[in-house]
Amino acid sequence: MRPNRLLASSTFRYALVYVAMFGVSVVGILAFVYWEAVGVVSGQTDETIRNEIASLAEHYQERGLGQLISVIAERSGNRFGQRGIYLLADPEYRPLAGNIDAWPTVARGEPGWVDFLIGTEAGPRPTRQLARAHTFVLPGGFRMLVGRDTTERTELRSLITEALLGALALTTFLAIAGGVVMSRNLLRRIDTINRGSQAILAGDFRRRMPLKGNDDEFDQLAANLNRMLERIEQLMAGMHNVANDIAHDLRSPISRLRSRLEVTLLSPQDAATYRTALEETIRETEDILATFNAILDIALAESGALRNEFDDFDLAALIADVAEFYAPVAEEKGSTVTVDAPTPLAIRGNRHLLSQALANLIDNAVKYGGGRGPIELTLRREGTAAVVAVGDRGPGIPEDLRDKALRRFVRLEASRHTPGSGLGLALVAAVAQLHDAELRLEDNEPGLRVVLRLPVTSAAPVRKTKVVRPPVVKKTG
Amino acid sequence: MRILVIEDDEAAAGYLAKGLGESGYVVDRAATGPDGLAMAVTESYDLIIADRMLPGIDGLLVVEALRKKGDDTPVLFLSALGQVDERVRGLKAGGDDYLVKPYAFAELLARVEVLIRRKSGRAEETVLKVADLEMDLLARRVTRAGTEIPLQPREFRLLEYLMRHAGQVVTRTMLLEHVWDYHFDPQTNVIDVHVSRLRQKIDKTFTSPLLHTVRGAGYSLRAPE
Repeated sequence: MRPNRLLASSTFRYALVYVAMFGVSVVGILAFVYWEAVGVVSGQTDETIRNEIASLAEHYQERGLGQLISVIAERSGNRFGQRGIYLLADPEYRPLAGNIDAWPTVARGEPGWVDFLIGTEAGPRPTRQLARAHTFVLPGGFRMLVGRDTTERTELRSLITEALLGALALTTFLAIAGGVVMSRNLLRRIDTINRGSQAILAGDFRRRMPLKGNDDEFDQLAANLNRMLERIEQLMAGMHNVANDIAHDLRSPISRLRSRLEVTLLSPQDAATYRTALEETIRETEDILATFNAILDIALAESGALRNEFDDFDLAALIADVAEFYAPVAEEKGSTVTVDAPTPLAIRGNRHLLSQALANLIDNAVKYGGGRGPIELTLRREGTAAVVAVGDRGPGIPEDLRDKALRRFVRLEASRHTPGSGLGLALVAAVAQLHDAELRLEDNEPGLRVVLRLPVTSAAPVRKTKVVRPPVVKKTG
Repeated sequence: MRILVIEDDEAAAGYLAKGLGESGYVVDRAATGPDGLAMAVTESYDLIIADRMLPGIDGLLVVEALRKKGDDTPVLFLSALGQVDERVRGLKAGGDDYLVKPYAFAELLARVEVLIRRKSGRAEETVLKVADLEMDLLARRVTRAGTEIPLQPREFRLLEYLMRHAGQVVTRTMLLEHVWDYHFDPQTNVIDVHVSRLRQKIDKTFTSPLLHTVRGAGYSLRAPE
């Protein structure tokens, strides 16, 4: 990854924000510690000074100036660890005793707390030090200064400052390193997706995004992209199919039509012959249109464009309606249509297409199973699925041909002599797909049973409409 | 009976005008939406046949504009947009019927007849009569020459539709749409079987049949001459 890419990446920018937030927190915490510690140390210094003054004042009061001078001299002895500053001076500020050699100018005038600089011998490195002292006037006009140099405080401050800077540097380093590592990893995955998209755009439509398998957001993104690609591929295949179907199934009847007309025109005919030819032609065009419409219906169902046209309805009522519609036709063939759909079952879907699919199934059952026993429709709820089955007692479809039967324009050998475009089951398959339903052809022993498993909506219950059902013939045995 | 045809395709409009003319209608033609709207507003027609895909405008908009002006001339949409949802849009926009191109001319003619001779105030009717056949819509009873004829609910609706359009030709598609609300071609003679069952019930024991098959078009329920 190029550095400028890294800098431009949003992840890295987030990392920087984290660094800043961390830094501010660390500085805040350390500053608090610093002020507290310095405050404690200053408080202690002042306290010590006050105690010394109290004890020196006591000496003075009890034993007089001489004793005070000797105590001061003793205390001024530069003993290790002592940072005391003492000075006793006459009213003109001339030093009498103590361990600094002159009364600081800032400390002249009103007695009280004073901060001033001194050259100190104390500590490892003699430097000019800030000292803090309290001055007061003894009875008799003598002036007294008691103080402490602030080496401790300075040391503490530098210690804390170092700690603070160190912590800040460490935090910054860790945050930046973490940010870089994190953003590298994330960017690498986004890069993979980007590269994949570019490859697909460049025409490699079969390519898919790799998945890590940990189901994180990136995996979900990749999976969604893959699903989108599947869908697009399906739609493209659908378009391709429509084009092929039209070429395959419409070309020959249109050529037949044309030939018929040309042959009619070859030799002079009487009006009746012309009329017959024209009527034939119209019939032919109607077949072509029926096929054409079927192709379009299938394409529309397959495209999924109708998903926003879904509404909730009672599947049991729909089945009863279609069954009732076909019952007389079945009876003409010597069969009955029985419906076993005991309870209303709400599903969400396209009512028209489902009616049409069901009509195709019953139509097939009548066509192939008519006169060979009942055509049985059942509706059952199985968990979250509504299972519709249409069974007949016809010849059925051998297992190895069942997949083939669902394809377009497939007329299985056994059905060559029956009318139909060969699109009936293909439409059912497309409608099933539109409704996320599973379609299976099974052996009805004997005959064919077509089973459609539709997802049930947990939507609001369907308004109860009075459904007129054909008389249900009870199955025996 | 005057019909306005709003259709941009010269040839299609020509066939329509010729066919309707031969059936005894007077036909005016408009080739664009605005022209059609202007003619519909200024002239008085018994029926408007409107194409949907007009140059630069959907025929739906023309009809919507017409309805906004309070004009309730019956409108028949002709369109190559044949999906159910398109049909629903057409009817919502104020169309009275919707026919998908390409159509059989007999189908168009039957629908034109029905639209033009639409009786007003039909909703208030409680009894339909054709010759000696009577349908009491409130009691859901059908009698012929005083004898009650028991009908299944769907047969009742089928007969009701035929009786409401007595004397007119009713096509199989019209029955499919209005009695069953199906919008697909069943490919088999389902409608014929239903009609012949109804015929069994209302005509069988009587000398003069009321329910007739019209070759190449559909059915017609009419009183004997």
